Amino acid sequence: MENMMDIGLGHYLSVAAILFILGVFGIFLNRRNVIIILMSIELILLAVNINLVAFSVFLHDLVGQVFALFILTVAAAEAAIGLAILVIYFRNRGSIAVEDINLMKG
Amino acid sequence: MQPVLTDLIPALPEIFLAVAAMLLLMLGVFRGNGGARLVSGLAVVALVVTGVLLLRQDGYDVAFSGLYITDSFAVFSKLLILLGTGLSLIIAQNFIAREDMDRFEFPVLMVLATVGMMMMVSANDLLSLYVGLELQSLSLYVIASFRRDSAKSTEAGLKYFVLGALSSGMLLYGISLIYGFAGTTNFITIAQVLQAGPAPLGVIVGLVFVAAGLAFKISAVPFHMWTPDVYEGAPTPVSAFFAVAPKVAAICLFIRVLEGPFGSLLPQWRQVIEFCSVASMLVGSLAAIRQSNIKRLMAYSSIANIGYALVGVAAGTADGVQAVLIYMAIYLVMTVGTFAIIIAMRQKGKAVEEIADLAGLSKTNPMLALALAIFMFSMAGVPPAAGFFGKLLVFMAAWKAGLYPLSIIMALTSGISLFYYLKVCKVSWFDDVKEPLDRPSAGLSWVVTATALVVFPVALVIGTPVLNSAAAAAASLFH
Repeated sequence: MENMMDIGLGHYLSVAAILFILGVFGIFLNRRNVIIILMSIELILLAVNINLVAFSVFLHDLVGQVFALFILTVAAAEAAIGLAILVIYFRNRGSIAVEDINLMKG
Repeated sequence: MQPVLTDLIPALPEIFLAVAAMLLLMLGVFRGNGGARLVSGLAVVALVVTGVLLLRQDGYDVAFSGLYITDSFAVFSKLLILLGTGLSLIIAQNFIAREDMDRFEFPVLMVLATVGMMMMVSANDLLSLYVGLELQSLSLYVIASFRRDSAKSTEAGLKYFVLGALSSGMLLYGISLIYGFAGTTNFITIAQVLQAGPAPLGVIVGLVFVAAGLAFKISAVPFHMWTPDVYEGAPTPVSAFFAVAPKVAAICLFIRVLEGPFGSLLPQWRQVIEFCSVASMLVGSLAAIRQSNIKRLMAYSSIANIGYALVGVAAGTADGVQAVLIYMAIYLVMTVGTFAIIIAMRQKGKAVEEIADLAGLSKTNPMLALALAIFMFSMAGVPPAAGFFGKLLVFMAAWKAGLYPLSIIMALTSGISLFYYLKVCKVSWFDDVKEPLDRPSAGLSWVVTATALVVFPVALVIGTPVLNSAAAAAASLFH
């Protein structure tokens, strides 16, 4: 019974996998708003960070935590650039609805 | 012991280029927007100096606690990347001035993206792979949406950003699984772990995610959806840059990851690569037929070309890697040349990009039409143009490795692609002039002439030394 209550590596990996899948579905199923896509991207990166930190503790190895810090930093830069592109896109089109992103097809 | 210095010397080209990018940025800030042309010119000089520094490197070296590696493979791919960026900068010069894009950030961002690409091909650890890839991608997102007052350019940037970020996420998820199940992120240690015993399932799943993430970057089918839209929407010199330097960098990184740490998993990853390769060749060749916009046509053509290059990767031999390197070198030269012609497509000062706008080019500008014909025949793989030899090398490497179905599909799709390449030739040689194109600028004519001469006939003359250095580069991966 006690073993059931212990939180092991598998639990962390499951949470991360669920978050990752939520993020991917958030990008593809969302038809309304580009901001939701940006949030989904953050969700994916957080899932990866949970994975890395959990593995790092499990392996008694620091590389995973260092990697997580790098991902946090790059994610911040990525979000800044994504929002900047979104702002100039909104200036041109006056909308950030996903179904309006359709100037080019084929 | 001088640990700092011994680490810095192997990475000297990257360090020089990164410092040069920062100096160019400062120069641009102090000169204001009038300095765009100066910054652009100095960026080309910086790329040339980096190339010279690279040529002085020889041998194998691992630096920064195993994060960074330099070998002949890295040197060869970096020279290709620098050539691609340099030529793209030269053909961009005139365009950015005319299209009101002459801001000094443009060359600086291209140089920064190049530093990222050089880091990618020199990565010896999943961490340096990720950081190099992101440095490249973040710069490319901005460059794609560089015409910020154009709805098409910003849409291209937005699409590229969303799909690029998704692919980075998939790559990272794969990296986290590989780290967890192999216990390390270093390529050499991963290779030792995988050779020591059967690969854990987690590593194989992680490898599939990593391969999917990298397939996005080289725009292999089924991860190609962004390519036509980004090529069409982005300013033409940017499409030219996207078509060459990042493609070369990503495919070289792909080769290093697959042949290096995961070389012992060849039977597992070969199926994935074969699928991507066949799908890219088919989609690239078939979808290109109904395109009327020449930039979209080039996008599908690049997808098909990546499919051919992946045939060589799937071979998994030194011959295959050598063939891919040669293929990418030839692809780079002919793509830059074709894009230089596309940039030269202007009617009464206005940029046009429909294939029909080329009508009657042979009457108004016969030399340009001749160069276009050389590029199209080379891309289609008609002997004696250079493109034929690239395809032949890849075909032979795949045949020797026993990939008979893949080599036959390659030959068939090559035949299909002949149709749309010849269509462009037909329009420019035999259709009647509707509206003549303006005279191209001196820089453009220079690039078109040089690349056309390299494709045919200079490639036949300089072929042997290039072949030998590509062979040495490929051998350095399999020592």
